[in-house]
Amino acid sequence: MPVQPAIEVTHVSHNYGSRVAVDDLSLQVNEGEIFTFLGPNGSGKTTLFRLLSTLIPLQSGSVTILGHNLSGRIAAVRAEMGVVFQAPSLDKKLSVDENLQHQGRLYGLSGSTLRQRKQTMLKALAIDDRANDRVETLSGGMRRRVELAKGMMHEPRILLLDEPSTGLDPGARADLWHYLRQVREQQGVTIVLTTHLLEEAERADRIAIMHEGKLAALDTPAALQASVGGDAITIQADSPTELALRIREKLACVAIVVDGAVRLEQPDGHQWISRLVEAFPDEIKSITLGKPTLEDVFIDRTGHKFSD
Amino acid sequence: MINNPDVPAGPVVLTLAKRELVRFFRQRNRVIGALVQPIMFWVLFSAGLQSNDLGFAFFFPGTLAMILLFTAIFATISIIEDRSEGFLQSVLVAPAPRWAMVFGKILGGAAIAMLQGLLFLVLGWLTLGLSSSAVELLAAIGLMAVIAIALTALGFFIAWRMDSTQGFHAIMSVFLFPMWLLSGSLFPDDPGSWLTWLSRFNPLTYGVAGLRHYLQFENSVVDRSALPNPLVCWLVTIGFAAIMFALAWRISSTRTTGDLL
Repeated sequence: MPVQPAIEVTHVSHNYGSRVAVDDLSLQVNEGEIFTFLGPNGSGKTTLFRLLSTLIPLQSGSVTILGHNLSGRIAAVRAEMGVVFQAPSLDKKLSVDENLQHQGRLYGLSGSTLRQRKQTMLKALAIDDRANDRVETLSGGMRRRVELAKGMMHEPRILLLDEPSTGLDPGARADLWHYLRQVREQQGVTIVLTTHLLEEAERADRIAIMHEGKLAALDTPAALQASVGGDAITIQADSPTELALRIREKLACVAIVVDGAVRLEQPDGHQWISRLVEAFPDEIKSITLGKPTLEDVFIDRTGHKFSD
Repeated sequence: MINNPDVPAGPVVLTLAKRELVRFFRQRNRVIGALVQPIMFWVLFSAGLQSNDLGFAFFFPGTLAMILLFTAIFATISIIEDRSEGFLQSVLVAPAPRWAMVFGKILGGAAIAMLQGLLFLVLGWLTLGLSSSAVELLAAIGLMAVIAIALTALGFFIAWRMDSTQGFHAIMSVFLFPMWLLSGSLFPDDPGSWLTWLSRFNPLTYGVAGLRHYLQFENSVVDRSALPNPLVCWLVTIGFAAIMFALAWRISSTRTTGDLL
């Protein structure tokens, strides 16, 4: 069966005044995959989320969601998508059940369908015993579950989540991922989320690394890590720029300076460690060897350290 | 598959209006304020104006208009809260028609204003003795509802662009309060005065005049000859509501930085 694109982004740019937030971005999200936009704050991922969620209008380029163009009939796009914002979107004065009731109505549900959907969502997220409690009495983790229930009320085919793990403890984060995997397996829902957490991004099927509004890399976590040539070697030195230059000259390899440290990527890292220490015994203060992480991928593709 | 882009507008309007009322009744200080305000106004006005030959009957419609104005507008500035608390975001990305969302919010606010207005009307009836006929009374209530919708829509229009309730106070004192002062609520018509001339351009004047036509009290005669005729009052008030709703609908398609939480 050919894979259908759930979301197709073509040459999308977005500015806030003179500041470019998204810069000529093109990519595809396949139906049924868990897709993550990974990037530090200011990388443009949140702007992209707002564009995809239809919160802000498209300035240039085109976006197609399940065959519906974003610049066409927007209600058609909205009906297919569930959106979970980073900021809470629940009415705290209302009960869990009432919040879901309003949400259902906004998506055209009524009567027995609405009642059934509420029951299903309350059960699926294990919040049925709190259904009549006001949201203001719930804990942060509970509220996040209600947000998810709200987003999934109308059985969307795409679920968009902005920084879903923010403020969640590890247990609640594990529950969240358990639920996301479950709806993907059972209902084939395409899941698109943004995150600035490297360890969260690793759980996705594919990762789009964003940097300064552009796509720095796009692949599966394993392929991205494999793309970094082997092991990552980091050297602390008093004058890293000079050391990097001398390494390049003497050992004929690529050595760059990232955040005041010299970085090398080599397939046989352990051999390079001794070679480097022998060649520059006085310059090297410390040297570390690591298997490439997504952070290394980020550094490799952008030349910058990944910071929130 | 239940994701249908053709979301019926009626339930959306009702659900959002209901939400306004539920929120109102769950905030005890708002409910107490809503009960106390008409009683306080009634006590103060009737006590303070006994010496004035215009009498309470003259001030009654104006006070009613003031109650509608303040309640309606304070009810819609909750849109600022909806935005800062994040609730609005999820409404904005839903497929329901935008006009239905705007109208739901306005209808809910207008309903709260009407509750308070009706309470004040009952007070007036009990203490002063209304001598209006049933038809006149119904007409007055109908007109109150249209005024409430117009003012709530005005509040929505003003509040949409604001990111804090502080900014609202400036609007309140330089715009809304003068609007009430210039509505014929406080000063009787004086043909030839610039105040009266100016008040003719104020749509609220016609709402207040309409209420004067319909609300008659025992033992008091109010000269209605200088008032605009009831048909004009209805047309201007309905026009006011329609224009304000159109403006509110229109502004609701614009985004503010406050949406980007």
